[in-house]
Amino acid sequence: MSATQVSATTCAVRTENVTRHYPMGEGLIRAVDGVSLAIDPGEFVALLGQSGSGKSTLLNLIAGLDRPTSGSVLVSGRDLAKMSSEELARYRRNDVGMVFQSFHLIASMTITENVELPMRFAEVERAERAQRSREALERVGLGKRLDHRPSQLSGGEQQRVSLARALANRPRLLLADEPTGNLDSRTGEDILNLIRDLSLSLGMTVIMVTHERAIAERFAQRSVFLADGKLVSEEVRA
Amino acid sequence: MTGYDLLDLAVRNLRQSKLRNGLTTIGISVGVASLVAMLSLGVGLQQLATRRLAGSGLFDTVFVTSRQDFRGFDKEDDAKAPNPEKSPALDETARTKITQLPNVLEVEPEIRVMGEVVANGETHFGFVTGLPMSARENEAFDNLKGKFFSSDHADEAILLMDFAKELDTKDPAGLIGKDITLRYGERQALAQEPSDRPAMNGEGSSGGGGDDYGFSVVRKQQPLRVVGLIDQEPYGGMRTVSRGRIFLPVRTTERLNMAQFTDMRSSLRGGSGKTYMTLTVRVKDPGKVQAVQDAISQMNFRTFSVLDATKSLRRFFTVLDLFLGIFGSLALAVATLAIINTLVMAVLERRREIGVMKAIGASDQDVKKLFFTEAGAMGFFGGVLGIVLGLGIGKAINFGTGIYLHRHQLPSEAVWVMPLWLVGAAIAFSIVVSLMAGLYPASRAAKLDPVQTLKYE
Repeated sequence: MSATQVSATTCAVRTENVTRHYPMGEGLIRAVDGVSLAIDPGEFVALLGQSGSGKSTLLNLIAGLDRPTSGSVLVSGRDLAKMSSEELARYRRNDVGMVFQSFHLIASMTITENVELPMRFAEVERAERAQRSREALERVGLGKRLDHRPSQLSGGEQQRVSLARALANRPRLLLADEPTGNLDSRTGEDILNLIRDLSLSLGMTVIMVTHERAIAERFAQRSVFLADGKLVSEEVRA
Repeated sequence: MTGYDLLDLAVRNLRQSKLRNGLTTIGISVGVASLVAMLSLGVGLQQLATRRLAGSGLFDTVFVTSRQDFRGFDKEDDAKAPNPEKSPALDETARTKITQLPNVLEVEPEIRVMGEVVANGETHFGFVTGLPMSARENEAFDNLKGKFFSSDHADEAILLMDFAKELDTKDPAGLIGKDITLRYGERQALAQEPSDRPAMNGEGSSGGGGDDYGFSVVRKQQPLRVVGLIDQEPYGGMRTVSRGRIFLPVRTTERLNMAQFTDMRSSLRGGSGKTYMTLTVRVKDPGKVQAVQDAISQMNFRTFSVLDATKSLRRFFTVLDLFLGIFGSLALAVATLAIINTLVMAVLERRREIGVMKAIGASDQDVKKLFFTEAGAMGFFGGVLGIVLGLGIGKAINFGTGIYLHRHQLPSEAVWVMPLWLVGAAIAFSIVVSLMAGLYPASRAAKLDPVQTLKYE
């Protein structure tokens, strides 16, 4: 499936000739340089490329953490480029779940509190917050360690917490930036299985940045290759 | 984010760096304590002064003096007044006119002369003053030992306890009911014929003319019965007649025709009869004081009332409080720098955390509010701690002054008073100042770019 074949209304995410340039001294770094990409609802897409290829920058643009220099990023028909910073925050809060390579859990909080944090921003009632965070942690297999702190958990377990946190506000879009980068291959595989299962059971669209082609081929329905900020090729899993 | 969550997260964050935030909070509390201590001192002193004024029982009294005698303290008022020489004399005519004014209860002269008391064969020097019967109501007579004067013309005396102790060191209270002899100088008018005049200074007559005016002072004695003893000066020591040691009924002092200091002034002016240095006018109720005061001013006399004193007192304390407040705020100003420093450090330390919060849905406003709440919470805790600290300082000040006053055999007075409004105001001020200090760090935190903060971790 290619970008041009998908209409805007049916797409979960669509980028149109999106660019992100950074000034560097007298020159310009073209981190993302005219990428057009369409992703279906419920699709699991891997963004592949060398370090510096622009895959993380593209993910940040889709996450609403960064704004494009030109072009547009449409999510469910809404253009992120035209949103105010408050609207973008609401979008990140309600529509997006993010998983990072280094987990980015808050060390001073228990894992339950970590999972509750996005729900605090969404002003979810306390009782419901507790219930939803327990459910999310049970879903990732950590139902018995609710009061542990991140430092008491292994890397894989911490990434599970991060995943539970990403699910807290029941997003339609799960964005993962090298989710297995800090994990051994076995644990990484477990995490990816979990992400795939969740995506299937919850109907979430998943966009994952990775530089490991094997992983992408095994878990993603489609692999998108980037180089020098440009989309160079796509591969759909048979 | 709800208010509860903001507060919860803020307090949690503050607890993360207990030492640093604790020290900053203590810094704020020292600032608040110094502010509170200073302002409470101002309040305490004002209350003390007002208490003294109220205790004087002079809120219904107007003091009247002649513009002829001396310049007043109010230069502006004096400048507007006519030439002192052309001002009327405060004599019997004036006294009658004032007595006839509406709402005036009584008009009494302030009589204070030097005298000698002979008791147990020894003489003791002291000022003699005349008190009206209305003085009975004054708080100085609350603890009167013995009785008050039986009438306003009785040959009786009330002594100040200190003076009584001078007369009888062993049993001053035993003087009550005993007779003493008062020696004083009587003012006698000169005889019409120059040859009959007693010589005042050994030079004989001053020679010719109907313009002659003068008097002679003759030593006289008057037996008096001591009827009572008082511990403190009447009218809070604020009237001329307060500063005496031997008190006589006012009519008795008038009858004895004692030579007063002002008689000398009158004799220089010549031509007129007896004048008064000061007349005290008692008014029906304090609300009428201003009207009576105005009416007497119209007669071109100088007037003064406690009302004037409270006015200038309030003005004085407003300025004093302002200065005390400024000095007290200095420490708080230093504390705000500590808040800014602490929060800027926190922003730097928590860059990643701020980035994560933004990535999972926190808005710039949420981040800003969180840092604001942290600043406000430090302000609140600092304020509360400061009040406690301030109370401690106040207790110490009161304890210290208590010891000092006790050592000087004075009744102890609370010079430091912390009113409830000051407690509330100080905590509110501490929070506001802390919030202002949090402005810069909070906006700095809100502006952090999540991509940048997450990239470098």
